[in-house]
Amino acid sequence: MSATLPIPLADAKPKAPRFRVAVYEGAGAELLPPGARTELVCALLAKGFSVSVIRVNGTVSATNSGTLVVLGQFADAKPERAEDGDAIVHFRDIRNKPTAEVVALAEGIRAELNLPKPGGWKPWFPVIDYDRCTNCMQCLSFCLFDVYGIDADKKIQVQNNNKCKTDCPACSRVCPEVAILFPKYKHGPINGDVVSTDDIRRENMKIDISALLGGDIYEALRDRSAKFKSRFNKERDADKALEERTKCLVKIGEKLDIPPEVFASLPSMDQIRTKATEAAAKAQAALNMQDKN
Amino acid sequence: MSIPLRILYCNCSYANVVPKATKEAVLRGLTESGIPFDAVPDLCEMSAQRDPSLHDLTGDDIKIVACYPRAVKWLFHAVGAKLGDGAEVINMRTDSPESILPKLLPEVPA
Repeated sequence: MSATLPIPLADAKPKAPRFRVAVYEGAGAELLPPGARTELVCALLAKGFSVSVIRVNGTVSATNSGTLVVLGQFADAKPERAEDGDAIVHFRDIRNKPTAEVVALAEGIRAELNLPKPGGWKPWFPVIDYDRCTNCMQCLSFCLFDVYGIDADKKIQVQNNNKCKTDCPACSRVCPEVAILFPKYKHGPINGDVVSTDDIRRENMKIDISALLGGDIYEALRDRSAKFKSRFNKERDADKALEERTKCLVKIGEKLDIPPEVFASLPSMDQIRTKATEAAAKAQAALNMQDKN
Repeated sequence: MSIPLRILYCNCSYANVVPKATKEAVLRGLTESGIPFDAVPDLCEMSAQRDPSLHDLTGDDIKIVACYPRAVKWLFHAVGAKLGDGAEVINMRTDSPESILPKLLPEVPA
């Protein structure tokens, strides 16, 4: 790890220990029929298990700690549970067992250990490309959901990825260096595709569009809100005002590919103002610290 | 070609961004070959959960079949794991199974 790169969340602890399932076809075990092997690996992946397929030749990644469930058609009897250094190994003979039953064996061990079942949410969160990031703090200033923070060295980092709004890539739009990725986004370069000169030009244009909307998106929202209130007071036409506001949000959302749910979850205008001020202050403090250093 | 020491396959389970047919063909090619490999449900989720296993899946001697190399590199970095300079990332979002499998399996002609 380069000393110049921030180590993300140095104090962050893993949410669960290592847990892996091995489909074992190495020495002392019979090969599974090809079709059955494919079906088993697919079924295990679908249930959120990391899987190692172990054969006689070659290697897989080591498991030096945590739990390893070894599934195979063993020639000799194996203990149900054994210790291998810091790792706990569970052996299960899967001879003549249908795939669903084998998967249930692994699920049973995971449940016994009270490990979380993966797959409850779409893993949507920003990933920073530190080869491109200039630590300008635009993302920190922009995000109202406290996804970003700064580390001890005042470097930008993703601190609360679970607070990110699913399918919203808005912060990547304000990044002047195209340094924010959402790997599950549909289009490049936000999905991690190579950044071209045209992409940088387009990103700059998007920032200009944002400026045209009134300084930034939140400013635009605030302006619209003020207009909405004004019109509402004059006309007393709640439906018309709501329609106008919806149109505005839809327009901004379409321009920046922001899902309507994100707008629906925005804090109140007062809260936005407070949060934006706090975030800007935090970003400015970090920038000032950089200047001093 | 020589057999890579390790192969890691990402199933990108929790989004429809990698063509399903590509994932299935590559996984089938791997399971039906005689080559050992590691497979994970979703590298993004592992990164989000700060799964310590990501540290086991690094090194110079690994071929990762997943999505864009830039995304994979920084997903690992996000948990403090660094891919080795010799690590190769193969992109299932853009490449076909016919072009991917020969890079992984010695018996499949390019």
